[in-house]
Amino acid sequence: MTTEMAEPASKIELPASVAGDGEIPTFHITLRVRRYDPEISEEARWDDYKLTMYGTDRVLDALHKVKWEIDGSVSFRRSCAHGVCGSDAMRINGRNRLACKTLLKDLDTSKPITVEPIKGLPVEKDLIVDMEPFFQSFREVMPFLINKGHEPTKERLQSVEDRERFDDTTKCILCAACTSSCPVFWTDGQYFGPAAIVNAHRFIFDSRDDAGDMRLEILNDKEGVWRCRTTFNCSEACPRGIQVTKAIAEVKQAILSRKI
Amino acid sequence: MTTIESPRSGKIGSGKIAPKYNRSGHSRGNFEMIAWLFMRLSGVVLVVLIFGHLFVNLMVGQGIHAIDFGFVAGKWADPFWQFWDLAMLWLAMLHGTNGVRTIINDYAERDATRFWLKGVLYAAAFVIIILGTLVIFTFNPCPVVNGVQLPGGFCPAP
Repeated sequence: MTTEMAEPASKIELPASVAGDGEIPTFHITLRVRRYDPEISEEARWDDYKLTMYGTDRVLDALHKVKWEIDGSVSFRRSCAHGVCGSDAMRINGRNRLACKTLLKDLDTSKPITVEPIKGLPVEKDLIVDMEPFFQSFREVMPFLINKGHEPTKERLQSVEDRERFDDTTKCILCAACTSSCPVFWTDGQYFGPAAIVNAHRFIFDSRDDAGDMRLEILNDKEGVWRCRTTFNCSEACPRGIQVTKAIAEVKQAILSRKI
Repeated sequence: MTTIESPRSGKIGSGKIAPKYNRSGHSRGNFEMIAWLFMRLSGVVLVVLIFGHLFVNLMVGQGIHAIDFGFVAGKWADPFWQFWDLAMLWLAMLHGTNGVRTIINDYAERDATRFWLKGVLYAAAFVIIILGTLVIFTFNPCPVVNGVQLPGGFCPAP
């Protein structure tokens, strides 16, 4: 009889103190999931699931285990499961994160791990929210290249410095972790939100783009950049490490220097 | 054959979103930008004005022990301190009112609540600014009514 070897969900290098003799440690967790199904009840409720997970598992793996082995009715979005598509932003232990980038071992496993849908957007079912208001704001800032010149026959060249200017804001994956962490957005959902401003920033400061003034005019709205109170929730929530508040401040400065 | 119902939120990309999220048209003008800029500039000026005020009132000479009706009357006899206090009054009131306005905008969820809270705020700010300005410019430490001086210990006899 052989000892059952643990098969980790993801193979990463672990220090000897954590991983023993190459064996992945296991631990017990309680996953507390916010459940909502308007076809059953208008009231949301908490469901607890007791699971045995591995040191290499993420919150997404725990959700998979619940959905695949315990309760198939648990609903959540996920696509690539590797922090690129931005589908599985959720509120884990009160903070907006990507379920696929949050390792269980980094959370306090002695207490239940709470998983809720992101705040400020209408919940459709369980962890799935209606992203349409979020994308509406995104579309309004025209997040695409607008160039008035003739279409070149080859690529549009840009200096390294010009590319560096907006490098940070190119990283956005539209997961909505920032916008749904913003207290101003929670109030009435009218604020454009950090994500829309970040994506406007990406084109406003692109030397190849000619519509920066139009975007600045759109964001010089009473629901635009001036509603930002620099609480830094967005910068903290961003799973890509974008300096969101800094980007918003740069757009504010651009509007100011254009007007004065 | 089973029919699959369409999702509740409407067709993706149709722009159909919950009415609460629809922005009611674009705001014209630069009011929010000017309000934002005013907060920064008035804040810097207020730091100088308020600490200057505190220093002169509480530290210079006998400091806090010298403050009485006569001290204030003496300050307001000087146009420099009239202007200083006027600037402090206006900047502090507008700065504070604008701050509370943004707090109401951020925390009041219903339009009617917002409207009434802001109404009370603007009325209060207006009354205080007008009253304060009047006091600074019309202040007279030794008022004379019908040729008779009102009682007060420090006014020179007529």
